[in-house]
Amino acid sequence: MFPFNFEWIWDMSHMVFMGGLWYALTILGIGMTWCIVKAIIDMGKGDGGHHGHH
Amino acid sequence: MIDAALIPIGVKRCSFGKFLLGLAAVGAVLLWGVYAMLLCWFKGLNQTNMNDYYGFALWIWADLAVIALGGGAFFSGFLKYLTGKDELKNIINYAVLIGFICYSSALLILAIDVGQPLRSWFIFWHANVHSMLTEVAFCLSCYFGVLTIEFIPLILENRQLNKISFFHHLAHNMHEIMAVFAATGAFLSFFHQGSLGGVSGVLFGRPFAYREGLFIWPWTFFLFTWSAAAYGPCFTLMITKITELISGKKLVKDNVIELLAKISGWMMATYIVAKIIDTIYWATVTAPSKGFLVSDFYTNNAFYGFWILIAEILLGGVVPALILITPAGRKNPTARNTAIVLAVIGVCINRWVMVLQTMAAPVMTFDKWALYYPSWQEVATTVLPVAYGAILIMICYRYLPIFPQEPELNPID
Repeated sequence: MFPFNFEWIWDMSHMVFMGGLWYALTILGIGMTWCIVKAIIDMGKGDGGHHGHH
Repeated sequence: MIDAALIPIGVKRCSFGKFLLGLAAVGAVLLWGVYAMLLCWFKGLNQTNMNDYYGFALWIWADLAVIALGGGAFFSGFLKYLTGKDELKNIINYAVLIGFICYSSALLILAIDVGQPLRSWFIFWHANVHSMLTEVAFCLSCYFGVLTIEFIPLILENRQLNKISFFHHLAHNMHEIMAVFAATGAFLSFFHQGSLGGVSGVLFGRPFAYREGLFIWPWTFFLFTWSAAAYGPCFTLMITKITELISGKKLVKDNVIELLAKISGWMMATYIVAKIIDTIYWATVTAPSKGFLVSDFYTNNAFYGFWILIAEILLGGVVPALILITPAGRKNPTARNTAIVLAVIGVCINRWVMVLQTMAAPVMTFDKWALYYPSWQEVATTVLPVAYGAILIMICYRYLPIFPQEPELNPID
């Protein structure tokens, strides 16, 4: 639900619930976008280094 | 072997034929569950034994149980990425996989339970912002997203996939910022585990479940979060042990197992003290204030007796906690494994009573105990996620480097 939907009300419940949802989704979205964009940049640099994740 | 190129380097797996045979055996159970699921979707919820007494039934218990047991993923992630328990890197992959299975199972069960899964998105678009279940749905979906993000790098580390440059870099980058995802996951888990407990605790018309609390949160909110963090790692350890028994190999070193068992034991010990205090207060103050004696909830019926309270708190809480916080207890494999199994049973009983005994206990003076027996369709759809989980574990164990210590512990001659 977005603020421009007809059932939206500017009260604390809507702001906390929907704000929390969009906040979490934004973190996950930005995080994954960063990973994908950086992977494309790294790939372009031809950096095939094995970093050892564990 | 036909799939030798996909198997991680340095480990040995059974023949492809034997693997397929195992998949087929578990797959038959899966198909039984899928058939029952389709019956529920096409014919409706009349396929279940739910009724006006039992709007919440076996499925909701299974949901709450797998979500608590899947808590091992968020708590292990919290311990590794946010408190620096680096030894847990040797079991975190498996904790994530188990968490992924548990949460996807919970969502699958809910998709059957809602009856009309095509309208599942209504809960996000037409959200009832006064419902704890809305908060549960939000956090559950988002946390499943987190688990998927945590699971992706493991898939990308498959021998063949990792040769593809983009996937190799993507997996590396995701590992780099995994702490951010783990922190988000811990935050989301705290709230949805809590809200699942809150759903029972706010039922002021159901004195068996009703609890007082802090601000808008009943004590069950905190107890559910606490118990998921305490008991979830036990489930991770139990599945690890089962995998070791089936594969006939040692997969994780004892120091890692003992560390997780110790942390889980102390979490359980503190939780069970809080649970005992909560139970005493409920039995002596809360329930009497609603006109009930504690014995009203455990007598005059064919199933629910004081035994279930003792099984949950003493056998499923105090005993495993005492074993796991004692160095001698957790270092002894038999004692440790017994404690782990008791703990898993204990948390499942807790979720059972908070969902089903709550519905069963009479509330009005003219009420009787309403016992409930699930239909075979409910049982089959509850077994379905177990078969699905077993299949996913079989595939991941075969093709992904889930256990980093496996090559060292099982050198190939």
